[in-house]
Amino acid sequence: MSFSYPILPGGHLLAIEGLEAPHIAALLDLAESYALLNRQGKTQRDLLRGRTLINLFFEDSTRTRTSFEIAGKRLGADVINMSVSNSSVNKGETLLDTASTLNAMNTDLLVVRHGQSGAPALLAQKVSAAVINAGDGTHEHPTQALLDALTIRRHKGDLRNLVVAICGDISHSRVARSNIHLLSAMGAEVRLVAPPTLLPAEVGRLGVSVFHDMRKGLAGADVVMMLRLQRERMAAGGLVPSAREFFRFYGLDAEKLSFAKPDSIVMHPGPMNRGIEIDSAIADHPTRSVIGEQVEMGVALRMAVLDVLARGLRRNG
Amino acid sequence: MIPAPLLIHNARLIDPASGLDSLGALLIENGRIASLTGGAADGAERLDAGGQCLAPGLIDMRAALGEPGAEHRETIASAALAAAAGGITTICALPDTQPVLDDPALVEFIARRGEATGSLTILPYAAATRGLKGMELSEFGLLREAGAVAFTDGAHAIASARTMRLALSYARAFGTFIVQHPEEPSLAHGAATEGELATRLGLPGIPMAAEAMMVARDIALARLSGGHVHFSRVSTAAALELIRAAKAEGLAVTCDTAPPYFDLNENAITGYRSYAKLSPPLRPEEERRAVVAGLTDGTIDTIVSDHQPRDADDKRLPFAQAEAGGAGLATLLAVTLARVHAGDIALLPALAMLTCRPAALLGIAAGRLAVGAPADLMLFDLDRAWQVKDGQLPGKAQNSPFDGRALEGRVSATFKAGRKVFSA
Repeated sequence: MSFSYPILPGGHLLAIEGLEAPHIAALLDLAESYALLNRQGKTQRDLLRGRTLINLFFEDSTRTRTSFEIAGKRLGADVINMSVSNSSVNKGETLLDTASTLNAMNTDLLVVRHGQSGAPALLAQKVSAAVINAGDGTHEHPTQALLDALTIRRHKGDLRNLVVAICGDISHSRVARSNIHLLSAMGAEVRLVAPPTLLPAEVGRLGVSVFHDMRKGLAGADVVMMLRLQRERMAAGGLVPSAREFFRFYGLDAEKLSFAKPDSIVMHPGPMNRGIEIDSAIADHPTRSVIGEQVEMGVALRMAVLDVLARGLRRNG
Repeated sequence: MIPAPLLIHNARLIDPASGLDSLGALLIENGRIASLTGGAADGAERLDAGGQCLAPGLIDMRAALGEPGAEHRETIASAALAAAAGGITTICALPDTQPVLDDPALVEFIARRGEATGSLTILPYAAATRGLKGMELSEFGLLREAGAVAFTDGAHAIASARTMRLALSYARAFGTFIVQHPEEPSLAHGAATEGELATRLGLPGIPMAAEAMMVARDIALARLSGGHVHFSRVSTAAALELIRAAKAEGLAVTCDTAPPYFDLNENAITGYRSYAKLSPPLRPEEERRAVVAGLTDGTIDTIVSDHQPRDADDKRLPFAQAEAGGAGLATLLAVTLARVHAGDIALLPALAMLTCRPAALLGIAAGRLAVGAPADLMLFDLDRAWQVKDGQLPGKAQNSPFDGRALEGRVSATFKAGRKVFSA
């Protein structure tokens, strides 16, 4: 193969912040090769044979958990799903008690989603497994940003100098933070489009430009990345007065998209709120929308991450 | 049993109240300072201080002591050990306990528990409002008679302007003051100071303006009521500027800060270090510098330990879920001395904020080297180096935000009413 094997510093994937461009590029190259194998229907069931992968989800997720599950199984790992609703965490067991339980079970790879920022980092200090952050609070969701980058690369070639507009609830989005770090590291121009109530403090210091007018923010964009608006942010949450007002000013429809480049692509990490942040006609657009491809790339990218981390594990199964 | 007179000689006598700073001898008789000019009676014990500094025992205007209700984190006995090792001989204890200190009997009980340690005077704050709920005033008069030193809702800001106005007004009748946690509660649902770092870490932020706006409101209420408000753990430039102006205007406004706010900045929480999670949260570097300036120019009246005992179960959690608060008794002196060693403030004014200035605010006789004053003293080596280590701090609480910090200046002996209660 033409690429060198990538490394992930520390033996975990906890955040994009701190990863350097060569690490990211090497990981994307590896993921690209898995995408090809997947399309050819080939599998590599010996790579993670004898390895245990635990999906530890403290928050509901279908898409991400399934994606990791498929990725692990395609590489031959024994995959176990633990979700909070049927685990002892609800009975008052602390996160660190969970960690020692997992250690006792000789877990090799631990995929963690948690509602609290920093929870996977805390677990990583205490478990012997390689930890993959599958989304922590409003901090990061590194594999989502990586699969987004992989998808963009397949359509646009190099990420360098691309104009990427990230739109919607930036404040509560771990996807946005990971994408900001990744795209900036790879030399893309990142724009954020949101009302001020949905932007985190001093986000401009992350090297992005901020737009409150969506048409201006989308002008000349190569990539339009929409984010999910949690319904609880509206009305009682007070950050946005109503769904109809949000859609009018920050929902992606054909008219607003016309300000972006004619060959621009539209992305969404899912699950979508149709008619709130994105119009169905755009979400299902045959050429502009790459939302389905993001899901496909998610499996390939996660296979690459599991591959890299498993090679770094000390205990060889 | 009355101990024999004790002459501490070859000591650098430091009394911030009078400006005394010279080598000499201090005589203790019957638990009080009998002489500052030597002249020991026959039969006095003699202690050669070896040129170390002898200063009044420290007066800490803010600490949580674990009792009643949180004895697994700290007890009055364990806090007294930590205090003695830190040169502290008087502590104002916070009323946010379980049950809340809003009843005269409880206030008396806590003060007596202090006496029982033999090494520590506890001056309990009483809750300003019943149950710390911010609604009805507690019985200021009866609580004062029972020994309450002043009134505060502790970690809770008194949110209602009307309640605060009444508290400030009513406190005047009993010659006391209100200690406010200066933070607008509706903006305080966060784990870190709002800004770039909190954004990067994905932590809910508390804007710094939450402090300044509460300070501004309460200064207006102090003006309106004629009452005395004391802001505790001031940590921002904007709040200090307001307090500076209020003092210039002649209002009864005072304030304190705690060592983390002049020694650490928000970067201490990087990596989700929950031991550096405090309330108010640590601030950016320019705010820390403003706090140092407030120490230097006298805007800040006193330095408090803000001792908040927490155990591992409180802290080994995802950052936003971990409890705020740091252990502070053992490091109060040395972290303050770090500003002296750095050249930001001279030794006497620094110690004044730990001795005579809190004594004056509280109206107590301790906190000075004066004939007839209680012989609450600490002997310390200004330059002795040591390192703060989790697990090796005196007392029960080990949750120091300064874990790993190298410091200079260490207490070698502490005296309470003339009796040695700690020696290194």
